[in-house]
Amino acid sequence: MSSLNKSPFLKIFLSYVPFIMLFFSVFNEFDFNYLKLDYFSFNFVHLLIFFWTLRNPDQLGYLAIFFAGIINDVVIGIPIGISSFCYLILCSVTAYIRNITLTPNFMKDWISLLFTILLINSIQVIILDLVFLIKVDYTNYLINSGFTFLFYPIFFLFFNFLNERISYQTND
Amino acid sequence: MATGRDDFVIAIRSAFLKKKDKQKFSLLTLIILSIFVIVLSNFNFKAIQFVKLGINEVIYRSSHIASIPENKLKEITSKFKSHMDLYESHQKELIKIENSDQLKLQNEFLTAENEKLRELLDESINSQEIFARVLIDKDSPYLKSVVLNKGTKDKVKIGMAVIDDVYLVGQIIEVNYTNSRALLLSDLNSKIPSVLEPDDIQAVISGTGSDFGKIEHTQEEFREDFKNKEIFAYTSGLGGLFKPGIPIGKINNISEGKINFFSDFTQLNYVKIVSYKIGGEE
Repeated sequence: MSSLNKSPFLKIFLSYVPFIMLFFSVFNEFDFNYLKLDYFSFNFVHLLIFFWTLRNPDQLGYLAIFFAGIINDVVIGIPIGISSFCYLILCSVTAYIRNITLTPNFMKDWISLLFTILLINSIQVIILDLVFLIKVDYTNYLINSGFTFLFYPIFFLFFNFLNERISYQTND
Repeated sequence: MATGRDDFVIAIRSAFLKKKDKQKFSLLTLIILSIFVIVLSNFNFKAIQFVKLGINEVIYRSSHIASIPENKLKEITSKFKSHMDLYESHQKELIKIENSDQLKLQNEFLTAENEKLRELLDESINSQEIFARVLIDKDSPYLKSVVLNKGTKDKVKIGMAVIDDVYLVGQIIEVNYTNSRALLLSDLNSKIPSVLEPDDIQAVISGTGSDFGKIEHTQEEFREDFKNKEIFAYTSGLGGLFKPGIPIGKINNISEGKINFFSDFTQLNYVKIVSYKIGGEE
């Protein structure tokens, strides 16, 4: 009976939603990472990659993440490869967490996210500031990391709902 | 103890090397590839430059197309707002026109006098202007820049000034075949030699990463003189890239050295890319 509610178009569309969201956020001018508000920004792409590579890695391939990073670097104007490297570090942390976890736990994921974003933002600052000698605002990075961490529960609910819909559509 | 370490090694190895059904590359391969790309982008080999130009061309155009719906939405909102504020802005414009008529006459006289004096000094300034459209203005907290639709094919070169109306907004830092990137004055890496008028004090205007700039390299005692005065910043022309006298901004808070730029960088649609020839030298 439930299979009657499943549409092939919806199935295909839903399976591509994380991919579309990822490329839309790196291509588009609208960026949560810079909302033109003082002391407020968060990295939507980090949250997206963290959730999907942790909970449903089949929906977001590493190659797509690598290319999204390249596009992000070109659009923002920082040396090519930095975002890809940071996104892939994020993926390696989620892959590690997946391997050592039997039952997924939201709190553990959330705490891991904090350490991961602090790590990748530090790597980004080190590469930009010390290797490429591009001045960066440390306060912005810190604020960005803080809000990215705080916003995870909200996006977790949204992504989890989407993930359930995808699982429902794909499972017979 | 040894088992715990083994588990850690297995988990790490599996994370980096194991491929899921739909993954074509392992994480380790892609991480190495991204490090390789970062290292390559640090070098300025001709082949790498061509690849970079190609990637930039494709991505800038794609990003521009992807942003069309959003830009249309912004345009509609802005039009609606302007329609609603019509009466109020009309009254303000009337006052502005009255003031500007007086200023125009004064300006014409000063311009003519300035040209005569420059001729006497053999310091004539010729400029070449290229009009450009802003393709992408995706700001980030880390780099304030805009992508323009003119590149090497339109004779745009690195270091050219970017002007909005008559105000300086930045300079060209990267040129591709059909487009280029301009670093805005608000970026942390922007430093413009300038002069603070009416006291004729040399200074450097630096970006702060926010919407305002900062005065640097002036002595503290000058700041005391500035109190209770309207101070404007213009380019000094000392770097040789810009002509002297392009308006940059107005000092907002002298004790903090804060300067508000004349141009609103969030509203840039069309700009001029300008190169100057000062006294026969480009």
